[in-house]
Amino acid sequence: MLTTERLNVYYGESHILRNVSINVPERTVVCLMGRNGAGKTTLLKSLMGLLPARAGRVTLSGQDITRWAPYERARRGMAYVPQGREIIAQLTVQENLILGLATRSARTREIPDRVFQLFPVLKTMLKRRGGDLSGGQQQQLAIARALLAEPKLLILDAPTEGIQPSIIDEIEDVIARIKEQRTMSVLLVEQYLEFAWRLADRYYIMDKGAIVAQGTTDELSQEVAQKHLAV
Amino acid sequence: MTPTTFLVGQLFNGLSVSSILLLMALGLAITFGLMGVINMAHGELMMLGSYTAYVLQNLFVRQFGEQNFGGYFLVALPMSFVVAGLMGLLLERALIRHLYGRPLETLLATWGVSLILQQAMRQVFGANNVDVRSPNWLTGRWQPSAGLEFPHLRLFIIVFTALAIAGMYALLFRTNIGLKIRAVTQNRDMSACLGVPTAKVDAYTFSLGSGLAGVAGCILSLMGSVGPTTGQNYIVDAFMVVVLGGVGKLAGAIAGSFGIGECNTLFESFSTATMGKVIVFTLVILFLQWKPSGLFPSKSRSLD
Repeated sequence: MLTTERLNVYYGESHILRNVSINVPERTVVCLMGRNGAGKTTLLKSLMGLLPARAGRVTLSGQDITRWAPYERARRGMAYVPQGREIIAQLTVQENLILGLATRSARTREIPDRVFQLFPVLKTMLKRRGGDLSGGQQQQLAIARALLAEPKLLILDAPTEGIQPSIIDEIEDVIARIKEQRTMSVLLVEQYLEFAWRLADRYYIMDKGAIVAQGTTDELSQEVAQKHLAV
Repeated sequence: MTPTTFLVGQLFNGLSVSSILLLMALGLAITFGLMGVINMAHGELMMLGSYTAYVLQNLFVRQFGEQNFGGYFLVALPMSFVVAGLMGLLLERALIRHLYGRPLETLLATWGVSLILQQAMRQVFGANNVDVRSPNWLTGRWQPSAGLEFPHLRLFIIVFTALAIAGMYALLFRTNIGLKIRAVTQNRDMSACLGVPTAKVDAYTFSLGSGLAGVAGCILSLMGSVGPTTGQNYIVDAFMVVVLGGVGKLAGAIAGSFGIGECNTLFESFSTATMGKVIVFTLVILFLQWKPSGLFPSKSRSLD
């Protein structure tokens, strides 16, 4: 559904992504792995349109979106949970969630109840400012906010980073449920190998801004993982 | 004059000065406070509002005669919002959006715009100041007791400012567009990723702030004469209020204008107008040395 073809991205003059071609098929969970600095976050930012592609193409459901603005991509069904979560700090939890509805054309401010079934803790803190939540709560809020858009593709950047184990389990449950229901694709950047292994159908491994290995997670061998991911 | 009437009179005058300051600062609290754009042409946007009032006044006098021209003001208020708002929209689309995140360039470019607007007004209306006359229904005064008098114009400004503030709060905190404005001004990239068309929201926001400047100019035209350089007289006060209050907080602008207004009239009452201003400026400078981010600094976990 989402594909990149020979994508090249620069920060100023430094060449970060080199000919990256990936494919996220419909209704699958794809995990993007790699050591720190391999270019994973850069790739996600570029997919969302936050960083311009200097060469190459990005297509969503067959449509070329390489030059689209981030909000247009969001409206076409891409939702993004960035690293660091990017909760809008001065807005309340409720307002952050309402923003998750911004892709809908209807001017609704009603937050559907299924979000609170996934993350019950959010219901108890609707009036608190997003910036006052703990890291784990912010992560749950960020995922809830992304899901409210009812995306075709959910992009998660390091959702377990710096989060306590019990909340990691909750987040895993949510992603597992999405996978089970097959309502959307998930592109997941993850350092926590076990977590990725349990959830993903397919994997890509990046190193120095290029894809160095790919395949289904069943086939991912110890040697490959060792070679590209061991520190 | 009893001490009570003196105190009430003082408070009233202070409140009226505060309201005027707040009206001037309200638009700037949006464009500079929320968006972070240093718009040196903000005063000229006020001036556009003042000239809008002037033009409408002349139209109404011609149409309805010297006796019944007063209704012009009710038309001038929304019209000045529209005129200044459209000018703001043009300014944002043509110039300012290319300069986001570059304060120095913005400052220089908008200063240039302010000069262009001043010169344009000189071309159209001449270099001399013109007068905007208060409509009849604003010229009287209310005297509840001996020694106390409340001019209708000042009462009107106080009430109007209060309504404007209430309207701003309702817009920013009760509507979807307000939510988007607050989201975009705090975290542009994330808002965009959530599907908010940020460029459009920027344009609306800037236009709103500019429109409010126009309304302020329309009302201020009743307080003194209107000329091509009128805007310059207002802009320092407006920036002072926003900076003192704490950039980014509407409540800050309210507190800032109230503090400055009340102090100003208080010091004026036992010295001269000039000395009063000097004392207020000194106090503001000292206060900002002590608390550089103003009365209501923005704080949160993500900013630490």
